[in-house]
Amino acid sequence: MNIPVSRRAFMRAGGAGVAGTALGAFGFGAAEQALAATIRPFKLARLTETRNTCPYCSVGCGIIMYSKGDIKKGEKAEITHIEGDSDHPTNKGTLCPKGAALLDFVNAETRTKYPMVREGGTNEWKRLSWDEALDRIARLMKADRDANFIAKNKDGLTVNRWLSTGFLAASATTNETAMLTYKVVRSTGILAFDNQARV
Amino acid sequence: MTNSWTDIKNTDLVLIMGGNAAEAHPCGFKGVIEARNTRGAKLIVVDPRFTRSASVADYYAPIRQGTDIAFLLGVIKYCVENNKVQWEYVKNYTNASCIVKEGYGYQDGLFTGYDESKRDYNRGSWSYEMGEDGFVKVDDTLADPRCVWNLLKAHVAIYTPEMVERITGTPKDKFLYVAKAIAETSAPDKAMTSMYALGWTQHSKGSQNIRCMAMLQLILGNMGLRGGGMNALRGHSNIQGLTDIGLMSNLLPGYMTLPTDGDPDFATYASKRVFKPMRPGQVSFWQNYMKFFVSFQKTMFGAAATKDNNFAFDYLPKIDVPSYDMLRAFEMMHNGQMNGYFCQGFNPIQSAPNKAKIKAALGKLKFLVVMDPLKTETARFWEDHGEFNPSTPADVKTEVFELPTTCFAEDEGSLVNSSRWLQWHWAGATPPNETKSDVWIMAQLWKRLKALYEKEGGAFPDAIKALNWPYKNPDDPQPEEIAREMNGSVVEDVVDPNDPTKKLLEKGKQMAAFAALRDDGSTAAGCWIYTGCFTEAGNMMARRDTSDPDNTGAYSKWAFAWPANRRILYNRASADMAGKPWDPKRKIIEWDGAKWSGYDVPDIAPTAAPDKVMPFIMCEEGVGRLWVRGLMKDGPFPVHYEPFESPIDNPIAPKIRGNPAARVFKGDMEVFGTAKDYPYAAVTYRLTEHFHYWTKHNAVNATLQPEFFVEISEQLAAEKKITSGGWVRVWSMRGSVKAKAVVTKRIKPLICDGKTVHIVGIPIHWGFMGAAKKGFGANNLTPFVGDANIETPEFKAFLVDVEPIASGPVVS
Amino acid sequence: MTTFQPLDIVRTSATVTTAPPAGRDVEVAKLIDVSKCIGCKACQSACLEWNDLREPVGTNLGVYDNPHDLTPNTWTLMRFTEWENPQSGNLEWLIRKDGCMHCEDPGCLKACPAPGAIVQYANCIVDFQHDACIGCGYCEKGCPFNIPRVSRIDNKAYKCSLCSDRLAIGQQPACAKACPTHAIMFGTKTEMLAQAEKNIGVLKTRGYSKAGLYNPPGVSGTHVMYVLHHADQPQLYAGLADNPSISPLVEAWKGIGKYAGMAVIGATALIGAFHYLVRGPNKVSAHDEDEAKRLAEAPK
Repeated sequence: MNIPVSRRAFMRAGGAGVAGTALGAFGFGAAEQALAATIRPFKLARLTETRNTCPYCSVGCGIIMYSKGDIKKGEKAEITHIEGDSDHPTNKGTLCPKGAALLDFVNAETRTKYPMVREGGTNEWKRLSWDEALDRIARLMKADRDANFIAKNKDGLTVNRWLSTGFLAASATTNETAMLTYKVVRSTGILAFDNQARV
Repeated sequence: MTNSWTDIKNTDLVLIMGGNAAEAHPCGFKGVIEARNTRGAKLIVVDPRFTRSASVADYYAPIRQGTDIAFLLGVIKYCVENNKVQWEYVKNYTNASCIVKEGYGYQDGLFTGYDESKRDYNRGSWSYEMGEDGFVKVDDTLADPRCVWNLLKAHVAIYTPEMVERITGTPKDKFLYVAKAIAETSAPDKAMTSMYALGWTQHSKGSQNIRCMAMLQLILGNMGLRGGGMNALRGHSNIQGLTDIGLMSNLLPGYMTLPTDGDPDFATYASKRVFKPMRPGQVSFWQNYMKFFVSFQKTMFGAAATKDNNFAFDYLPKIDVPSYDMLRAFEMMHNGQMNGYFCQGFNPIQSAPNKAKIKAALGKLKFLVVMDPLKTETARFWEDHGEFNPSTPADVKTEVFELPTTCFAEDEGSLVNSSRWLQWHWAGATPPNETKSDVWIMAQLWKRLKALYEKEGGAFPDAIKALNWPYKNPDDPQPEEIAREMNGSVVEDVVDPNDPTKKLLEKGKQMAAFAALRDDGSTAAGCWIYTGCFTEAGNMMARRDTSDPDNTGAYSKWAFAWPANRRILYNRASADMAGKPWDPKRKIIEWDGAKWSGYDVPDIAPTAAPDKVMPFIMCEEGVGRLWVRGLMKDGPFPVHYEPFESPIDNPIAPKIRGNPAARVFKGDMEVFGTAKDYPYAAVTYRLTEHFHYWTKHNAVNATLQPEFFVEISEQLAAEKKITSGGWVRVWSMRGSVKAKAVVTKRIKPLICDGKTVHIVGIPIHWGFMGAAKKGFGANNLTPFVGDANIETPEFKAFLVDVEPIASGPVVS
Repeated sequence: MTTFQPLDIVRTSATVTTAPPAGRDVEVAKLIDVSKCIGCKACQSACLEWNDLREPVGTNLGVYDNPHDLTPNTWTLMRFTEWENPQSGNLEWLIRKDGCMHCEDPGCLKACPAPGAIVQYANCIVDFQHDACIGCGYCEKGCPFNIPRVSRIDNKAYKCSLCSDRLAIGQQPACAKACPTHAIMFGTKTEMLAQAEKNIGVLKTRGYSKAGLYNPPGVSGTHVMYVLHHADQPQLYAGLADNPSISPLVEAWKGIGKYAGMAVIGATALIGAFHYLVRGPNKVSAHDEDEAKRLAEAPK
């Protein structure tokens, strides 16, 4: 359903941007020669473009991610630059100080890398495999659920609720993540289920 | 938002009150500048601080935090007294003429039915006078003293400009300037947009703050218009979506509600939710509730949801309290009633109030599971980070799992922005290291849980086992599959009752619109308000057509807007009783004698005659509510209540502390401070350089605002001998922080009820993880109390003390 | 279409060049409308990101300006000034994006003794060529706007390049692209002058009778221009120079240079003399210390 519209056309419509003037290379002449001369090579040449949405606030700015490698072709892809999507009706290519630095979020040193566990009372993180982590969590869930599940209330009404485990959902996950999370969490009877809407 | 980011440019007056759009939503703010520079629109900012929004405003008025209702009711009084009312709109499109039952009343800050011991109302008297025809009685002349309009006039009488100044600290001349500017938009060809955010929600009366502005917008005739509306600037990229899909304790997707202990059976559940019209000929759209509910149950439980088992009604948990919101969850945890907790991309030790309580609560869990792309403070609540997070790990028994997740760049799917646009995005990077998507993690947890129950049995395994899982690879559902499921599809053929050879709906096809959903189990839809987002025509959320005929700002072919691709909600109200736009230059839709058409999808049936069917289709009355029956916990009208921690007593009801209907847990009231001990009015907020607690992990943003600070006026600095750039300690009844001081002209003391009120501004962004300097979370100080209706924490108004200190925290 | 040839450089430091040649029909300019700026620092962020620059995490000095000054990595900086307008009695928060003004008559280039270290392109961008830079810091002194900064790490001078790499392929500078409110605009100088007229008109209708363009004649105009609400008082905006001009010392030096020809040896011989003229003896006086302290502590 993608209906392509010229980005340049949009930039002209954008008015104050003025970037779409018919200057071509802003007085530099042909780009190829420029690359060979005193100017720093254009760093986005030969990168793959992917359209995405800024994960921060609710303006929902369109972004273009530039990567080395193309995951759509099954290649390993690494983002090297992120810039506003000039086609986007809301942000028209602009980004705020957070959006303009999204690359540093993707590549943050403090990103989580491996499943880790901190055993109670210890002072360290230990790495463990996904299987081990998920099996342990599922086991903890079941033990608590079986011990504390409330099938009927004091009046004998079927209530099927589980109050001793809770789930805080996020604010920036996709609708699809949200829907699947909803299904799984509700099927267990968890009621202490909330999201980040208020904070 | 009732309107959209791209509609702001159409306004005549932007009122930023209860928000700070320039800083929190810079790219959305371009519409404000465009309206100002191209059509001469004015920007007014009302805020305790002179913000970056104020820096480009035409007019700025200071206000004490937590007093917006007094200000807005004062504006309503001004409009009524100066005849700045869009009368035709008010008479036809609001409940001004509805008669309220005898017995309802209001006095000294309380409505009838208050029970102090429960901090709650018996709302039985808050209802209309019903006629013998079963409909609400009205008086179109507005003469009846019991009609809503006259009750409103009486209710706002106390909010004179003098009283507004006394409560809010806004000088009378400034209040009157703003009131006059707002009132001018009562002209049918003028519109004001209200842009608000947490500055209104994060109060113990947050819902009423917003309701108050909505009432004013109805009186001015600004709802449904291009350039008008109530525009909630949501804080996160998909918090609209998560709320739409119902990830809250008491919700089902699409703003349906879970059954409660008061719904003993399926029939009772239905009867309390299928609302019949209260005025003749009105839509009352929730009449369709069961179509959406049954379609949801078919998505949830598939073939296991049958007519015979009431579509698996008992598979859903029933809720026994109004909500198990985050505050209640932490209260339970703190009381030792919670054993396990999951945080999916949520960092509550930074974002929930009263950090000391949150931290102690987490330490009482058996297990905590954190799924996040970043190393959060919550996952490390047990670590010792010196002054920033003192801890003795050996004493903390909680088992903590940290599961690394992908971030947006490695993830595909849709997000809903404030404009209600569902926008699809694509993955561009390979997930680094062992990161996995949240979808994969949730699928894996369910798979394991299901296997355990199948093998071992246990408590009520039925719902877990019956969960509908129609994905090609059950281990790894794909976003597109789930998106199709949210939209919904036909479960069984539906034939035309008049012509059995004709299929109305064909099994397996994607639903085109929610209007065709059914309550007999023949259709499924995960989230009815999203139906239309992924149809037989494809993924409408991925549309990228930038055409916008006549530059209305609708962009109807860009992505998909819920509901039904409608870009402006209540757009029927943009036209008069004959169906003609109030302002031809602002046309959205128009009645041509037979049908509605225009730039947007009408929100009433295309053939509904304008003089018969009123615009506010979700209300049983068909009209907007200036007074509301028992739907708000804290009153049919907004009332000025002070914050729970306030520098002054409530001038209109000195005996009432805070919102009398707000829930306060035992132990929390005891740690509310008083002005005697904590003399300064504090407010927390965000800075444009940072996003919550994420961007402190980013090198660039850490550079742009590196270090935790608080902001105070030059006057307070002089009084307390605080130098700008020096260290201060700020403390409340609940905690203490050390910060740099920014002494500024942008914050000025206010005079409230004859008393000088100093304001202390506290940005929220620092913690003990990330690239920025370590700092204290503002939530060390904030009170553990929420809004009476939806439990949004009161982060915007509380009390602190402040003193200069010689040096900052010891950094380990 | 013209090609990018040496001809496209119209001036080079420490090199005799004739008057700007023909082909200057494409003069570019950045226009910053201060009245549309919300001080969000997106320009700073985009600049760091595009140019692969990062700053060490600093401290808070009681102001919003961060980093506290331009640096070899920070080529653009929002400077914040709280000003109480004595006429209206209202507080105004004047926020100015500081950075290279790309002067038509560039003081840095004129002051630079290293042949080819600073060039001016036909489109009027003034660009530093780091391979040729000798780190002497004369550009800092020659600049009437106090913009270039010499790195202590590689001893080269740095400043905004107007994203010459982006312009070369028809993209606007990273800051202008990012700016959420289009306060930063980019195009030909002719277009920007016309745009400025419009924006000044808007400001006048909004009651700013002294609104105007900052395009100072002392440097023959700039290719980064401001629309100011108070164009009669540029210094209100974090000390923007009222009437910037190239130091007479630099003009003198350039004169000598021209006279002597630009043989490198000859130029080197002159550097010492110029150094003394511009920088004075390598001593910091008590007065300088006081002055620096005053500046550092001045409310922004």
